[in-house]
Amino acid sequence: MTKTSRWAKASRAIVASRRSAAAIACLVVALSSAPAWSDLALDGRLKSLESQLRCLVCQNQTLAESEAPLAEDLRKEVRELAVSGKSDDEIRGYLVARYGDFVLYKPPVKPTTYVLWFGPFLLLACGVLVWWIVVRRRAARTGDEDATAESTAVTADRGAIARAHALLDE
Amino acid sequence: MKVLRWSLPLAIFVVVLVFLFVGLFHDPREVPSPLIGKPAPSFSLMELHRPDHKLATADMRGQVWMLNVWASWCVSCRVEHPLLVDLAKQNIVPVIGLAYKDKPADGLAWLASNGDPYKLSIVDQDGRVGIDFGVYGVPETFVIDKMGIIRYKQIGPLTAEALKQTILPLVRELQQSPA
Repeated sequence: MTKTSRWAKASRAIVASRRSAAAIACLVVALSSAPAWSDLALDGRLKSLESQLRCLVCQNQTLAESEAPLAEDLRKEVRELAVSGKSDDEIRGYLVARYGDFVLYKPPVKPTTYVLWFGPFLLLACGVLVWWIVVRRRAARTGDEDATAESTAVTADRGAIARAHALLDE
Repeated sequence: MKVLRWSLPLAIFVVVLVFLFVGLFHDPREVPSPLIGKPAPSFSLMELHRPDHKLATADMRGQVWMLNVWASWCVSCRVEHPLLVDLAKQNIVPVIGLAYKDKPADGLAWLASNGDPYKLSIVDQDGRVGIDFGVYGVPETFVIDKMGIIRYKQIGPLTAEALKQTILPLVRELQQSPA
């Protein structure tokens, strides 16, 4: 073994040990500064709660997304309430008491929001009803046409006249 | 049936049109406050001019008063401020100023240069009381009756019309009603 290769080996070993030391140091730092598991669970809970709440300053953003100072304050408030043991419903109630239902992205079902919640279904039902009436009428009309096709030209004319009358009378 | 065929869609169209037309005049930033008709949230805050004194909601019991939420960093507060200065001269109703998320020194300097229309000023440095009052856009103004119930909330700067047509008549009416 030459002198240089021994040197190289030694320096590689030093580098390797230094690297592993650095890695261990990083790990120690990471572990000591990593939040506890309960904190992670709380963060997740707050994140999902905040993304259901509206920021009142920039109204199309959730509390989780917004960088408005008020949103920051409200996030702090929500966190404090959560840490003090309040449930998600209680926290929502706290904000609704101050800012109204508007803070909730999902409006509650109550008499004033019935139109909002059930209106679309009502419209759908109306549409189905209109569609059904149209289809039934059309079916009745094609039935007429089948009957007239079988009869003579004179009755066909009569049928056409009758249909014209029917249309006019409608 | 024949009449229905054209009148029904027309009726629906007109209804939709009316809804949309009314919607044009609604400001989406004005969220109706759930606090109207409810007792004003209780607070006890440091006075701006006398830091060793505090003002609490209960201290205002028995009189109709207004709470004006403002801040030295708030641009539109400058717009409404002359109206408040004017109102103060008329001596109709005490207005308490709430310096929202403001440093006392900044607030004092602002009042010194723009005029101080407030019977008393209090400081809400961390914005906690602002949250209790459901404040989301400074300036905001509350009218509170003798029983401590919030009767009206103006979101955004006061206007001469709002004062003349809504706020002052309400204040007079509340002042006449027994405590």
